[in-house]
Amino acid sequence: MTHAVQFTHVSRLFGEVKAVDRVSIDIEDGEFFSMLGPSGSGKTTCLRLIAGFEQPSAGSIRIHGQEAAGLPPYQRDVNTVFQDYALFPHMNVRDNVAYGLKVKGVGKAERIKRADEALSMVALEGYGARKPVQLSGGQRQRVALARALVNRPRVLLLDEPLGALDLKLREQMQSELKKLQRQLGITFIFVTHDQTEALSMSDRVAVFNKGRIEQVDTPRNLYMKPATTFVAEFVGTSNVVRGELAQALSGNPDAFSIRPEHIRFAEGVAASRDVEVSGVLHDIQYQGSATRYEVKLDSGQTLTVSQANSQWLDTGAHHQAGQRVTVRWAREAMIALHDAPRESPEIAPCEAH
Amino acid sequence: MGQTFTGSAPMQRQSPLRHFSNLLYRRPNLYLSLLLIPPLLWFGAIYLGSLLGLLWQGFYTFDDFSMTVTPDLTLANFGALFNPANFDVIRRTLTMAVAVSIASAIVAFPIAYYMARYTTGKTKAFFYIAVMMPMWASYIVKAYAWTLLLAKGGVAQWFVQHLGLAPVLQWLLSAPGIGGSTLSTSHLGRFMVFVYIWLPFMILPIQASLERLPPSLLHASADLGATPRQTFMQVILPLSVPGIAAGSIFTFSLTLGDFIVPQLVGPPGYFIGSMVYAQQGAIGNMPMAAAFTLVPIVLIAIYLAIVKRLGAFDAL
Repeated sequence: MTHAVQFTHVSRLFGEVKAVDRVSIDIEDGEFFSMLGPSGSGKTTCLRLIAGFEQPSAGSIRIHGQEAAGLPPYQRDVNTVFQDYALFPHMNVRDNVAYGLKVKGVGKAERIKRADEALSMVALEGYGARKPVQLSGGQRQRVALARALVNRPRVLLLDEPLGALDLKLREQMQSELKKLQRQLGITFIFVTHDQTEALSMSDRVAVFNKGRIEQVDTPRNLYMKPATTFVAEFVGTSNVVRGELAQALSGNPDAFSIRPEHIRFAEGVAASRDVEVSGVLHDIQYQGSATRYEVKLDSGQTLTVSQANSQWLDTGAHHQAGQRVTVRWAREAMIALHDAPRESPEIAPCEAH
Repeated sequence: MGQTFTGSAPMQRQSPLRHFSNLLYRRPNLYLSLLLIPPLLWFGAIYLGSLLGLLWQGFYTFDDFSMTVTPDLTLANFGALFNPANFDVIRRTLTMAVAVSIASAIVAFPIAYYMARYTTGKTKAFFYIAVMMPMWASYIVKAYAWTLLLAKGGVAQWFVQHLGLAPVLQWLLSAPGIGGSTLSTSHLGRFMVFVYIWLPFMILPIQASLERLPPSLLHASADLGATPRQTFMQVILPLSVPGIAAGSIFTFSLTLGDFIVPQLVGPPGYFIGSMVYAQQGAIGNMPMAAAFTLVPIVLIAIYLAIVKRLGAFDAL
């Protein structure tokens, strides 16, 4: 089986800056794959390398088995949904959607039919005659999606397409995109800096940092078994414990991470596998579905503890700032961390399939 | 923490100037009218008023015998525009204006495209200066310089001879409609001078329109399968049409009104501008000059209507 997209030791230099540094990834056919990372981490450059707007300085990029280095964007069977949508302002919605068909010489009747089909796929029937300026942000985004999908690409690239939408619309689009991807069976490669978005939509996520990949894994593994300190801190919230405190708590000088929701306030007798530590309750933030506590340990480090407000009678209500507390967690919840990715994290097996 | 804020102190002592600016802040309409009244007075009374006054004179009667103007209203002057001799002037000017606009657009586009898409920082500044520098020199000096450049035995001819293109030039100069005895007395020479002089007015608007074109649109076009040629025809050119239209409005109207270049370069024969100049200066026929003044105004109005009909302003 060939991979939809395969990076082998790909680098992209801008002068002295390594935007992408010896990255290798295998993206499976039909997969929803996300590239997650802070800005400047190289994820967008990787997307542009696949689209053909950038050429690699070194390494090989294969799209469905075919070497892509040197191919211009218009000879690649991939389409992009741009961050700013990039709709043509002088064309109406239908002409925008039909553009890819027009430049490939598809007949007028055929391309109008397919453009209207694509518009109905994104729930924009009847908007064909409008100009992009007459649409809302969410509608423009759907037009951009229809314009890319009408060409029936085998790989769809999405460059932070939801970034400009408000939260409710974004959540709605997330589930629609996921549904669309399942229905069409196309490979989606989704670039985002929003870890919630990446976790909730993807089959697998690649976490980028400084032009390199820290970890490629399923959302669950990424969260539960972060391979590096960076992943632990970037994906979700983590308490990273190092040095003497780590030695004291785990009996091992290596850094470890513990998720806030895996820590609870000590009540009753500790189980034999539990780790306990005490400190002063420093700050309490009520967040609706959960309450977040900052506990300042005697060693000086602050631990974040999160408790779901799953009871109606708020169990956390009796905690007060300044109070002395003991917290505990199961030893299994501690995740050993490595500062740098182990060699070849890219050959991580695709566990989602 | 134990701090109290005494915020009322600065409110009490107010200079009259502060008081006035507060008043303007509270009443934006007052502010706007204070800003707009002087230019509106200038524009309304002095500019439009004198223009209408001039056009009104087009209805006056000029007595050929006594060479005097009497305020008897007549349409004869406007009718006289359609005399074969006068109509010839209008046709000649209009043809030149259209030709100059088309040629300027063709010459300006690559320069503007290069400036907008490929230059940054110092190179861009260099191009701006290079494009605008000729505008700093006196217009009359440039026009005279061109008469020398194009004259018999001038630089242009020397170049043509050394390139072995003399027969080509001869062939061009003998062509009817564009020819003449030498470059400096031919329609072709006059056309070249016009294109040279108005070129910056075409480059800058096209450059501005290309500058506004987001690079992501070009990426999107390529991404959807368009070759560079298709991207140019389908995206770049349509979106630069407002710039070309703006530039052509300059080149078209400036050519229609010019009265110096037609006198210095090219074959004898009046242009609209030189006709107005002759009528009111040499002859003193103010009514006929006023009637001729109406011609460029009407032509430009028609031109704008055509440009608008072609959709040049849709993408603004």
